[in-house]
Amino acid sequence: MLSPKIIDIKEDYPGFKTYTLRHSLRAKPGQFVMVWMPGVDEVPMSIGWQTDTEFKMGIANAGDCTKAIHEKIKVGDRLGIRGPFGKGFKLREGDKKIVVIGGGYGTPPLLNLAQEAVKKGIEVLAIIGARTADMLIYEEEFKKLGCEVMVSTDDGSKGCNGFCTNVMEEALKNHKVDSVYTCGPEVMMVKVAEMAKDNDVNCEVSLERYMKCGFGICGQCCMDDTGIRVCKDGPVLDGVEALRLPEFGKYHRSSSGVRVE
Amino acid sequence: MNLSVNFCGVNFPNPTVLASGYLGVTGSSMANCINHGCGGVTAKSLFMEERLGHPNPTVLTYPGGMINAIGLCGEGIKKAGHEFELYAKQCPDNPLIGSVAGHSIKDIVECAEIMDSYPVDLIELNFSCPNVEDEMGRPIACDPIMTENATREVRKITKKPISIKLSPNVPNIGMIAKHAEEAGADAITAINTVGPGMLIDIYMRRPILANKVGGIGGQGIKPIAVRCVYDIYKNVKIPIIATGGIINGRDAIEMLMAGGSLLGIGSALTYHDMKAFEMITKKIHNFMEEEGFEDISELVGLAHNS
Repeated sequence: MLSPKIIDIKEDYPGFKTYTLRHSLRAKPGQFVMVWMPGVDEVPMSIGWQTDTEFKMGIANAGDCTKAIHEKIKVGDRLGIRGPFGKGFKLREGDKKIVVIGGGYGTPPLLNLAQEAVKKGIEVLAIIGARTADMLIYEEEFKKLGCEVMVSTDDGSKGCNGFCTNVMEEALKNHKVDSVYTCGPEVMMVKVAEMAKDNDVNCEVSLERYMKCGFGICGQCCMDDTGIRVCKDGPVLDGVEALRLPEFGKYHRSSSGVRVE
Repeated sequence: MNLSVNFCGVNFPNPTVLASGYLGVTGSSMANCINHGCGGVTAKSLFMEERLGHPNPTVLTYPGGMINAIGLCGEGIKKAGHEFELYAKQCPDNPLIGSVAGHSIKDIVECAEIMDSYPVDLIELNFSCPNVEDEMGRPIACDPIMTENATREVRKITKKPISIKLSPNVPNIGMIAKHAEEAGADAITAINTVGPGMLIDIYMRRPILANKVGGIGGQGIKPIAVRCVYDIYKNVKIPIIATGGIINGRDAIEMLMAGGSLLGIGSALTYHDMKAFEMITKKIHNFMEEEGFEDISELVGLAHNS
C-alpha cells in the first residue's frame, strides 16, 4: 500500500473533483488503482493525467467511499493507493487518427490516453458528453493537448443536443478514423462498440465492476460467460470481444455476487 | 505416464484443483480456470444467507505472502445453484467441489443438504468460521470433538464424498483429522489460512484491512502446510487435498510427498496468473519422467518412507 500526499484539489463541478497526488505512478493509460479511504472503503479508480512526479484522478461523489473523499480529504492529506492494475488501452502502430469518447465521469482515463497519443504524434478527436454544460469535464485539458474537441449534452445546454454517440456517428462519416476508445455508462459503450463494429473500426472499451483484490485472484469482478476478470484481463477490452459478453450493458454483480440488472 | 487422480471415486484429469476462495464466485469464472489447464475446481464457501462480506481493503499482498479478510461474502446457497449448473454443463469432465460454511452445526447441515442437490462431485466443509454454539466462538475446526460431531451430522444427509477443511491454527491437526475420519469423512482438505495476522500502514497509522485482522496465505505458509499435510497423512487413511502456499511445481511435488493426493492452487495465481495450473502439472510430469515414476500416486506420501 502506497500513501501519497494530495498536492492539489480542483472542483470541476459540484460533485466532481480532480485530485493531484505526488507519486510517480508509471501506469499505462487505461490502467487503474485501488484508492483507500481509511475507515470507509477502497474502490477502483482510473488515472486522468500523469507526469514523472505526479498523477491525477477525477473522482465523482458517487458512493460512500468517494463521498468521504470529497468531504474529508484536503490538500496535504494522504490517500492509500494500490496498483497500477489491469490492462490499459492499446495505441496501435500506424494509427494516424483516433477518437476518444467519454461519457460523464468516464472521461478521465481518455485524457490520459490522449496525453500518450499526442506524444506519439497521433491525431486525437475527443468527444465528451455530459448531462448538462456544467457537468462537462476536461474540455480545456483536451484542447491544451491540441486535440479537436466536440461536446454533447443531454439537455442541449452546450454542443450537440443529445448523446455523444450521435456526435460519433457524424465523426465517423466526416473523418478517416483508425481507432475508437470509450469509457462511460455501459449502455453508451455498447452503442459505441456496435457503431465501431458496423463501420469496421478498431474499438476498445473500459469497464467497471465491483472489485476486491484488484489483481485477478478473488473472482469478484468476473464477467459472464467467459469468466474474464475485469481487474486483470481488463478493464480495457476489445469492443467486439466485449459485445460477445452477455452481461455487457445488461447486468453486474454486487459484493455478495448477486446479479444486479 | 499417469497424472490423473482418482479421488474418493471421482476422476480428476490432473492433480491441480482451484482452491476455495479463489475465482470461485461464478460458474464461468471456474470454467475459465479449466480452460487454463486446471483439473477441477472448488467454489467459494457458501452460507445459508447472502453475505456482503467486509468493506475493502480485503486482500493485500506483502513480500512473502498475502493477507485477506473477505468476510466470506456470497450470494447464499439457495441462489447459487445456477452457477453450479452452468459450470457442470461447460466442464463435465472436471470435478466440482462445493464448499459449505455456517455459524453452527445446524447451519452447516442445512446448507450441505442443499449443496447435495446441486451437480457437485464432492462437498467440502469449511469449519473455520467462528461457531456461535461454542462459548469461546471458536471455529469447529479448532476442536476435535466439534469436528467429529459436525462431520457425523453432515455424513447422515449426503452420500456424496465429503472433505473436511482443517485449520492449521491448532496444536494437533493430525488428531483432528483422525476424529473427522472416524465420523465418516471421505477426505481432508488442509490447510486453511494461518493466523490471523495484521498489517499496519505507518502513514495512515492504522491497520490496513477493514476487518483489521485477516488470514495469511501464500508462499510464506508453505512449510506450515507441508508439515500439517505430513501430520495428517501419518494419522489417517483417507486422502488429502493439500493446499497452502503452493507457488510452483516444486512446491506441488513437495506437497505430494508430504501426503497430498490433490493440490489446491490459489496463491500461485498471484505469481504466475492463469498459467499456474499448466505450469505446475507440467513440472510434475517432467519430474516424474526424469526420476522414473509411472503414476502420480507413487509420489503421494513418499517422504514418509525415509
